[in-house]
Amino acid sequence: MSEVLVLAEHTGGGEVKKVTVELLTAARRLGSASVVWTGPGADAARDRLAEFGADTVYMADSPDLTDYPVAPAAELLAQLVAAKSPVAVLVAGTTEGKEIAGRLAVKTNSGVLTDAVNVTAGEDGAPVAEQPNFGGAITVHSKVTKGTPVIAVRPNAVSAEPSPGAAQLVAVAFAASDAAKTAKVTERAVADKGERPDLTEAQIVVSGGRGTGSADGFKIIEELADALGAAVGASRAVTDAGWYPHQFQVGQTGKTVSPQLYMAIGISGAIQHRAGMQTSKTIIAINKDPEAPIFEIADLGIVGDLFTVLPQLLDEVGARKG
Amino acid sequence: MNIVVCVKQVPDTAVERTLKPGAGTLDRESPDGLINELDEYAIEEGLKIAEAHGGEVTILSMGPAKAAESIRKALSMGADKAVHVLDDALAGSDALVTSLVLAEALKQTGFDLVILGSESTDARTGVVPAMLAERLGVPQLTLASKVDIDGQSVTVRRVTDDGYATVTGSLPAVVSVVEKINEPRYPSFKGIMAAKKKPVQMLALADLGVDTGAAGLAGSGTTVADFAARPPRAAGQVVKDEGDGGTTVAAFLAERKFI
Repeated sequence: MSEVLVLAEHTGGGEVKKVTVELLTAARRLGSASVVWTGPGADAARDRLAEFGADTVYMADSPDLTDYPVAPAAELLAQLVAAKSPVAVLVAGTTEGKEIAGRLAVKTNSGVLTDAVNVTAGEDGAPVAEQPNFGGAITVHSKVTKGTPVIAVRPNAVSAEPSPGAAQLVAVAFAASDAAKTAKVTERAVADKGERPDLTEAQIVVSGGRGTGSADGFKIIEELADALGAAVGASRAVTDAGWYPHQFQVGQTGKTVSPQLYMAIGISGAIQHRAGMQTSKTIIAINKDPEAPIFEIADLGIVGDLFTVLPQLLDEVGARKG
Repeated sequence: MNIVVCVKQVPDTAVERTLKPGAGTLDRESPDGLINELDEYAIEEGLKIAEAHGGEVTILSMGPAKAAESIRKALSMGADKAVHVLDDALAGSDALVTSLVLAEALKQTGFDLVILGSESTDARTGVVPAMLAERLGVPQLTLASKVDIDGQSVTVRRVTDDGYATVTGSLPAVVSVVEKINEPRYPSFKGIMAAKKKPVQMLALADLGVDTGAAGLAGSGTTVADFAARPPRAAGQVVKDEGDGGTTVAAFLAERKFI
């Protein structure tokens, strides 16, 4: 069976990010799943990769892959595409994953599809990607017509299903060319999100908007998120005002999320915000303005002041937990 | 410094957008077109760098005749001149073709620094800046929330999925920016008047040495098999808080097993 390459996203210490097992689930529909693991940690990750059906794990443990962003990873994948002739390459649809996909597509003169929320085998066996366009207003099925299909799959979109695989570890010799080492990382910093889940991978996202009024007012959003084990999101009004860091912005120019539950609090729901969240399974909105467009897409809407509704909700959640 | 800012005209994000029946390409005619919002930040950054380090800002846009509106706006913000790649054969081009055409145009204009918005609000692929860096063989300094230039060295604060990274490369380079980077200026009346006299060079695919078969839908590496409007969300229940709003939400969460 033909191979499908899956670029693993991991924390470096061998902890496999959830999107990686989602990619494996999609890859198995197209062929034999082969993980491409960059940097150290493949040994520690092997069991988890096997559980989700990896037949092979290509390990490229080169510092080039962390010292230089994007270009070396694309070069490694191009090297494996040439050697293995896979039917497709799947990467996580993160900002960096998409950039790697783009460079790989140029190197291999292949079509690239981004923001896939599902990947299936078409009648001819070739991959078909489902993409929500314009923030989910339109669902498109796309195919690659040139080269080796390169598909970036949005985290939290495909539900991961275990299926045992051999996860045979294969070391791959790799050193980035000088051309791939022109942009060097001199420092990395991780924004503090506490113990909260990643915004794009969370089952529940609690987002606050202009209605929170200030950085201080926004704290109640964090409090509710923690009570629900959720990630915190913010509307652009909030990140532009500096009440909450930019990384957590949901919407047209920020992150796109599709959790099981999205709570929009003090967010009017302009089309640019909806573009980042309207594929969420369940939506709850709390807003003072009964005309707020967010109510048009909410499964439950509460017209009221968030500063009276949330404390009561927090008490209720606490009582039910306790 | 020769700074080239790539600009795309896109449908207004504040109105409903659609695809053309049959072709599966963007319906660029019906909604009002305007400059891709993130590109305004790219223009602003280009202008600021030119002001601080000297140089000229050229706007490069590939798109239909209507894209002239966005080019004019960019010029009215203060850019010096523009190049408009216009060719009927470009219709339906995907990222693979777009990056090829822009790279060929950049080889003609020459550049020290290419600046783009990190993604367009229509296709939202976010891949073109990286593809351009690959095609041009220059440092990729993308997703920048800050750009510092010191002689030949460019350092950016790259927004990553979980924080940021500091990334350095040397000129010439490709930079893409996020909206956190600056506050784009509004065109002044003087700027709007001056823009009318600024030169816009028109280029067709033949001028770039790109075969028409390598562009548009024909040259693209992807195709839309089918598309459909997503079924509208079923209208939910909207209730006014009568002192029990929090309890109502809690009951809803419990019923759906979120708590």
